[in-house]
Amino acid sequence: MKTLFDKVWDAHVVQRIENGPEILYIDQHLIHEVTSPQAFNELADRNIPLFRPKQVVATADHNTPTLNQHLPVQDALSRNQLKQLSENCEKHNITLYQLGHKYNGIVHVMAPELGITQPGMTLVCGDSHTSTHGAFGAIAFGIGTSQVAQVFASQCLLLRKPKSMRITVNGTLKPGVLPKDVILYIIAQLGTDAGTGYFCEYAGSVFEQMSMEGRMTVCNMSIEMGARGGMIAPDETTFAYLKGKEFAPKGAELDRKIAYWRTLPSEADAVFDTEFEFDAEDIAPMITYGTNPGMGIKLSETIPTKTDASFQKSLAYMNLQAGDRLIDHPINYVFIGSCTNSRIEDFRVAATYVAGKQKASHVTAWLVPGSKQVEAQLEAEGLRQVFEDAGFQLRQPGCSACLAMNDDKIPQGEYCVSTSNRNFEGRQGQGARTLLASPLVAAATAIEGKIVDITQQLETCKN
Amino acid sequence: MQKLVRITDTAVPLAIENVDTDQIIPARFLKATNKEGFGNNLFRDWRYQNDGTLNRDFVLNDPTYRGSILVAGTNFGCGSSREHAAWALAGYGFRVVISSFFADIFKGNALNNGLLPVQVSPTFLSALLPQLQKAPDTKITVDVETQTLSVENQALETTFDIDPYKKTCLLHGYDDIDFLLSKKEAIEAFEQQRTYV
Ligand code: SF4
Repeated sequence: MKTLFDKVWDAHVVQRIENGPEILYIDQHLIHEVTSPQAFNELADRNIPLFRPKQVVATADHNTPTLNQHLPVQDALSRNQLKQLSENCEKHNITLYQLGHKYNGIVHVMAPELGITQPGMTLVCGDSHTSTHGAFGAIAFGIGTSQVAQVFASQCLLLRKPKSMRITVNGTLKPGVLPKDVILYIIAQLGTDAGTGYFCEYAGSVFEQMSMEGRMTVCNMSIEMGARGGMIAPDETTFAYLKGKEFAPKGAELDRKIAYWRTLPSEADAVFDTEFEFDAEDIAPMITYGTNPGMGIKLSETIPTKTDASFQKSLAYMNLQAGDRLIDHPINYVFIGSCTNSRIEDFRVAATYVAGKQKASHVTAWLVPGSKQVEAQLEAEGLRQVFEDAGFQLRQPGCSACLAMNDDKIPQGEYCVSTSNRNFEGRQGQGARTLLASPLVAAATAIEGKIVDITQQLETCKN
Repeated sequence: MQKLVRITDTAVPLAIENVDTDQIIPARFLKATNKEGFGNNLFRDWRYQNDGTLNRDFVLNDPTYRGSILVAGTNFGCGSSREHAAWALAGYGFRVVISSFFADIFKGNALNNGLLPVQVSPTFLSALLPQLQKAPDTKITVDVETQTLSVENQALETTFDIDPYKKTCLLHGYDDIDFLLSKKEAIEAFEQQRTYV
């Protein structure tokens, strides 16, 4: 009767406090430069040691430049933050993949590709998109800085168990419909607060047939519908992905683990607090037109008409009109990157469209790989050449224009078709207007210089 | 976190309803990066005139009233979620706030900072406030263990609710980190017998 979530959660409860929260054991803690310094201060103030340094891994990603990473960081505040991270990690014996390290990258790209993220574990990070790691059948969620300090001190958190939700999508996706479209479609259907108070499991043939990278894209955006996290049952795809990864179990140990992981999927008679079901055939390439990720439409659709004030305010910010189509809308900026879509498969699918073409001359197209490993893969597979020949600018790994904390900002008033996860006002720079889409739609936009209905040209690209 | 088991003290009657967190600590004092110093600016715009002189009419400036218990009108702590409100009250020296209703977020913030919100019935509150105004030396006892509130020399007595976990925290002066540290043995035992590794 147990769900996947129940099984993983229950296996990690150290104690239940009567009428109170539960003490949940955390297997893996990921940290980065922006949300950790105050938590380290808390340890220092209380003079308590870091309990399990081997279960913490750090990376520098949010506030790092994507050009000239070999040079000292220009911005003084960023430099100081990175320095503090290095010092704190050194002091507490934490593994740090600092800028330039061969394993450096966005925290949610780096940990899965190194095999740090594994099925059945609990994993936290001071970052809301920690939900990404749920793709492995792990319970993974973002925490606040005071909770970062709690995990530092005790490897545990005090939590009340969230409710359970299941989203089932069965059927076969149409050509050109990518995992990003699936999750944008789900959020557009359910709204940005449907998941509040829930942990979500994605089930059905669409997710069963999806690659691990696709599953990560889906789970990544669980938070955008308000859910604390998303999960997908581990299966042969998961095990195959993990095999040979740097920190994944090996040999007999891996076999033993896989035997356990096979017991994790939700039982047939498991009951969820809420269920939703969608039909794969109804999903098409998506794009957002507003200022929250739920404001998305199929590329071929028109912007809906609504009268509420926040909808109006959102369209005013975007300078778009209800009833408009986005097709043929000119675009000057394209960003392919972020922990949602900066893995090798994202660049491969973008390259299928780009190969042999030239980007439109007025478009600035940034490609920001999620990690040094992805960067190396781009080189090895010859994709770097494909993109550079087409006039794209390949930058160095990091969060980059996803949150525009570094210099990678979209100018005031400009539209950017972006593969990231948030289209909030000012998210990509003051006054910048973000349209969220898949890497394929983003690549097509860069080539055409405007939004095009890729469904009409799909014979040219395979995914 | 400072523990709170039982407290007997005089109280300050603040007979105002809907005291919001903007009044408790105005937004312009939120720029500090630590938790210290907010007590000086508690109820800043009620305690001081525009020219910076003391507002003699405000109850906190009335020497008749002293003590570490604040008794306030209903819906205390509404408005913004700023935890600074709890820091300001605690920093000023309050350990207990009594009201007939607390805004949810304020309640959580207060408990995380060792400040106990005691919710009483509207009837009880409307008996308590005039009693304090009439006899400022009246001592109130709040007992966390028995969850009782009693008023010295009066028939006034009541019980109050508190989340059992938060009660333990208050009684031992634990916050979540302290609590988790106190569970270290259980955590280490758990690590030894984990079935999934
Ligand atoms: S890429 Fe964007 S969403 Fe992902 S961790 Fe970085 S800032 Fe957050």
